[in-house]
Amino acid sequence: MSVSTSDEMVPPTRRRAWRSSPVLRFVLAQPLGAAGLLVILIMAGAAILANRVAPYDPEAVDFMAMLAAPSFDHPLGTDAFGRDILSRIIHGARTALSIGFLSSLLGCTAGGLLGVTSAYFGGKVDLILQRFVDIVLSFPIIVLALVVVAVVGRQPIAGIDLNLIAAIAIPIVPRAARVIRSAALAVRAMPYIDAARAGGYRHSHIILRHMAPNVLAPYLILLTAYIAQAILLEASLSFLGLGVSEPKPAWGLMLAGDSANFYQEAPWMILFPGLAISLAVFAFNLFGDSLRDWLDPKFRM
Amino acid sequence: MTNAFDGPRISRRAALALPALALACPGLARAQDGEPRRGGILTYAVAAEPPTYDLHATSTFAVMHRLAPHYSTLLRYAPGNYPKIVGDVAESWTAADDKLTFTFKLHPEIRFHDGTPLTSEDVKATYDRLRAPPEGVVSNRLPSFQQIAAVEAPDPRTVVIRMKAVDASIMDTFASPWNAIYSAARLAKDPNFPARNVMGSGPFKFVEHVAGSHWVGERFDGYFREGKPYLDGFRAITMSPAAMVNALSGRQILAEFRGFTPNERDRIVRALGEDARVQESSWMLHMILTFNCQKKPFDDPRVRRALSLALDRWGGSQSLSRISQLGQVGGLVRPGSDWSATPAEMEKWPGYGRDMEANRTEAKRLLKEAGAENLTFTLLDRNIQPYVTAGIFLIDQWRQIGVRAEHQQAELSSWYAAQGSGNFDALVDSFTQFSDDPTNVLIKYVSYDKAEVAVARATDRELDRLFDEQAKTVDEGARKKLVRQFEARLFEQSYAVPILWWQRIVVMNRRVNGWSMSPTHMIYQDLGDIWLSA
Repeated sequence: MSVSTSDEMVPPTRRRAWRSSPVLRFVLAQPLGAAGLLVILIMAGAAILANRVAPYDPEAVDFMAMLAAPSFDHPLGTDAFGRDILSRIIHGARTALSIGFLSSLLGCTAGGLLGVTSAYFGGKVDLILQRFVDIVLSFPIIVLALVVVAVVGRQPIAGIDLNLIAAIAIPIVPRAARVIRSAALAVRAMPYIDAARAGGYRHSHIILRHMAPNVLAPYLILLTAYIAQAILLEASLSFLGLGVSEPKPAWGLMLAGDSANFYQEAPWMILFPGLAISLAVFAFNLFGDSLRDWLDPKFRM
Repeated sequence: MTNAFDGPRISRRAALALPALALACPGLARAQDGEPRRGGILTYAVAAEPPTYDLHATSTFAVMHRLAPHYSTLLRYAPGNYPKIVGDVAESWTAADDKLTFTFKLHPEIRFHDGTPLTSEDVKATYDRLRAPPEGVVSNRLPSFQQIAAVEAPDPRTVVIRMKAVDASIMDTFASPWNAIYSAARLAKDPNFPARNVMGSGPFKFVEHVAGSHWVGERFDGYFREGKPYLDGFRAITMSPAAMVNALSGRQILAEFRGFTPNERDRIVRALGEDARVQESSWMLHMILTFNCQKKPFDDPRVRRALSLALDRWGGSQSLSRISQLGQVGGLVRPGSDWSATPAEMEKWPGYGRDMEANRTEAKRLLKEAGAENLTFTLLDRNIQPYVTAGIFLIDQWRQIGVRAEHQQAELSSWYAAQGSGNFDALVDSFTQFSDDPTNVLIKYVSYDKAEVAVARATDRELDRLFDEQAKTVDEGARKKLVRQFEARLFEQSYAVPILWWQRIVVMNRRVNGWSMSPTHMIYQDLGDIWLSA
């Protein structure tokens, strides 16, 4: 018996619905991006269901299993405290994705509003805002995040460090502002903006209701791209001891401390968290690039 | 007049323990290569920058490991024979039968690095500065000088020290490496001269200090010990612990005198092979869990005792010693020292029993009784090892009795600031001293109004009474009993309790000879006996 999945088996209306599905169109047009999205979804699922899918409590110390090599009991081995690395990576995804997403959302939203405002007003306002953006852009992203987190310290609420999110978001703001401004300048030149101004709408109304929705495509692309950056930044700050604190699982933290001391005896301590960071960043970059290509009409031509 | 303190004070137990100071490792078979030879520059690493140049004003090794080669003290610990005390600038001394008067005869012809002679006036000026510092001068040693009534200098070579009351730890005070002798003439001009200048009578003269980089000393040819020092000079390089491992492995430095972790030791030994010399010892340094007794619920002894009961110290000792400098289980004095409790005595203290199931059941019962079930609080910790390891261990142990602690890791300055202001719930603290004498150690656990180092902020007059009593008890047996009583009282109240004691692992290039290993990193750092083999 053979099973056919050809188009002939699908009713015409369902076929049309499939073909008109934006998800399917994205998958067909951008297979690499779709692969990235799949990885992101798997990570998000693992993060959300961490308590169910992780085989062990990520903070449970087990002296009998210290530095255990990958085995059936511990597929990715254990660390110097006998903590299961797979469980820590799964729970670490929660930290990476929550901090990565929230930081990117905060940074891109603030940067987007700044860029649209700058483009809308133009003139001296644009000049002053863009010089401010230039100044902040002159600092390397990691240095700026380091300074912010060192100055403001930590403010954990419900397990999420708000200051760490702010520290990662701040370097994103000028970068997002510069990109969104360039898109918003084209929108600003549209007749409907002049019409809205002539109609007596408030500046905030025009910016939020007429301009911002029209720069949504570059905003979404930036959002996904900067999630990858934010995950890397969070990992870097945790590695430097300024991010998440032990014993909370975080990928960057798993590479720091004892991992450096035991990399020769227990290479799995740095190998798997490192792979998790690389995979997450790669997935978000693939998805972000594909989303850009897919949303940009010039790339479709 | 007798010389009761002059003889060897080494006990049978210490004598038995001394060979264990150096454990078998590749380079150890050649602990010393031949006869001492002159010449060479010793390069070694120090992990932190000195906050001052004044040994009287600080307790950090970052100062001791750079300044000790420049200064002399009245007495000192015999190199290679801790805890025997011998003279440094003092050639001989006598103690009155009532232990209230000590008379010291100084070596003739001792000179400071500026060529001026060191006399009894310099010792007097130094000790007066330590026990009654002028305005603007900091003396960290005030508590140990409390019982000294007067310091007299009847002639240039004689110092007489008169006591208010008997102080059983006074010989350790005279031998303390912190009590460096300064020039009376310099102090007369500027009482804070040593805070910014280096001018002593030790084996090495100061050359330069480049902050964040290095500290250099050169041989003092006028040093009063014949033929010493052997080295032409030394260079102390500032570097992080991680960099030290690589620098020692790559032969860019020859030594580091504080200590490495077991894993770092193994990495260096792998790199240096036969050229590695490893020496290990217990350490007069212990990790302490300190509660803020002025804050709820830590003002309740049941809560404090429950949190101490939850700690599997014996299991932790076995496991954490494989991955960190944390090692032995001990009470308030160094395990293995003359004054320490036996394991059987320890097991009677709350939190030291080996039946963890019973301990945890009792801990849960105490928390319930105190209305502190599902307790959550913040554990303040430093952000370096092995503090972080201790923090992870504590949090895991408490998790098993339903207590959640947020691990707050702070820089040194913030950690100190929180101690000073009392802005903490519980704290991972540590304490180190240069001698095992109970007075030096128990001070950490007395009432806060009696000692600033007792950061648990508790008031316990019974502990204070026991402390004062042991401090003036000369009979060792009677004093030990008082120490046991002090420990029993402390563990019952658990204001602050030891977690684990540290293990000292010193790794150096085998070219370095003549250095003495000891259970403290504060002594034997004048480098006067060190020489380099080819």
